[in-house]
Amino acid sequence: MLDKNGIAKRIAREVKDGMYVNLGIGIPTLVANYIPAGVEVVLQSENGLLGIGPFPFEGEEDPDLINAGKQTVTTLKGSSFFDSAMSFGMIRAGKVDLTILGAMEVSEQGDIANWKIPGKMVKGMGGAMDLVASAKHIIVAMQHVNKAGESKLLPECSLPLTGRRCVKKIVTELAVLDVLPEGGFKLLERAPGVSVEEIVRSTAGKLIVEGEIPEMKLD
Amino acid sequence: MKKVVKDADAAIEGIQDGMTLLVGGFGLCGIPENCIAALVRKGVKGLTCISNNAGVDDFGLGLLLQHRQIRKMISSYVGENAEFERQMLSGELEVELIPQGTLATRCLAAGYGMPAVFTPAGVGTEVAEGKETRTFNGKEYLLEYAFDAPFAIVKAWKGDTVGNLIFRETARNFNPLMAMAGKLTIAEVEELVPAGELDPDHIHTPGIYVHRIFQGPVYEKRIEQRTVRKRG
Repeated sequence: MLDKNGIAKRIAREVKDGMYVNLGIGIPTLVANYIPAGVEVVLQSENGLLGIGPFPFEGEEDPDLINAGKQTVTTLKGSSFFDSAMSFGMIRAGKVDLTILGAMEVSEQGDIANWKIPGKMVKGMGGAMDLVASAKHIIVAMQHVNKAGESKLLPECSLPLTGRRCVKKIVTELAVLDVLPEGGFKLLERAPGVSVEEIVRSTAGKLIVEGEIPEMKLD
Repeated sequence: MKKVVKDADAAIEGIQDGMTLLVGGFGLCGIPENCIAALVRKGVKGLTCISNNAGVDDFGLGLLLQHRQIRKMISSYVGENAEFERQMLSGELEVELIPQGTLATRCLAAGYGMPAVFTPAGVGTEVAEGKETRTFNGKEYLLEYAFDAPFAIVKAWKGDTVGNLIFRETARNFNPLMAMAGKLTIAEVEELVPAGELDPDHIHTPGIYVHRIFQGPVYEKRIEQRTVRKRG
């Protein structure tokens, strides 16, 4: 079974040289730490920055330079700034190759719910609806089951949707799965030490298991 | 042409109870601090604020919330403010949440003189309820209208006496869009210079979109999430 960093490490293997990538808050942010040497990617921050650099050294924080999580960051060689309309323009136009984000639920059709729990304080969707509606490739990073032990991979989402039929791949602490265009979660890889039976037990939506399922490679 | 006003109190003249304001900034980054303070002093009430976020409890639009001056917020994300949550749950404050790109593009449309735009954000979700949709090349889009607001309040890094603006780093965010979208746009700047001192090639917002401008006496520029790394 993987921890959060393990999930991030596995997703980092999906990131290819030359990609423009938008990382959501939480586990997706950690992916930046594991991008393999020799793979050059440009991280997009939807508040108006291409080329997100590392956190600044203490004393060098700049209040004008933050990421979409409102954290102080830095620029890199080749970074650029732009306004919010252009930022979502490049997202909408499909210029951003890959979006990695968290989810509360994903359906076997690729629907995603990650912004609202009825009855709880709703903070808003931020840029998530724009991102999932337009990204060419969407990978969801999440736990396979919620805190109550219920599967988050469902036949249908029960929570209000963020987007419809958009998720292509899911990486959890247990498995890597593709969402097939015709519907269903296709099991691709098991996390180290996790059995297919455990993944079957933890998946409420339609799970497709064909042949031998290999264990994930992380390095 | 006289766009320069002496201070924030003069800049916000004409903003009255019940009006809709576009307010620039992302989180606490690039917010018009001096104009917000002037609105608190003026005590206008029942405002509708279109702004990506709602500040924190004691800074940004949170100050207007503290004084119960906002009736409705139109935002994409409002998570950082306990007083906001209290007013929202008690029903004192109306909140309309819209996708961030939709918010930006509805400003852009207003500034470009387009009544509406089509966007895929929110298709198939509750954001789409009651909205016109149309299919282009097999993909469904929502019709979203340009904002119509009498005032926009923005913050820039540098400005000149004819209203040209230059923004700095990610403090640009919604500011140039809201500057374009307002019927009357108020810009506060860190440094106000005579016309001719800014390179015309470096202007982000041409002065035609700006009606009143002043240099803020102080900028706190509070950091919301201070994240650093260790040296060495």
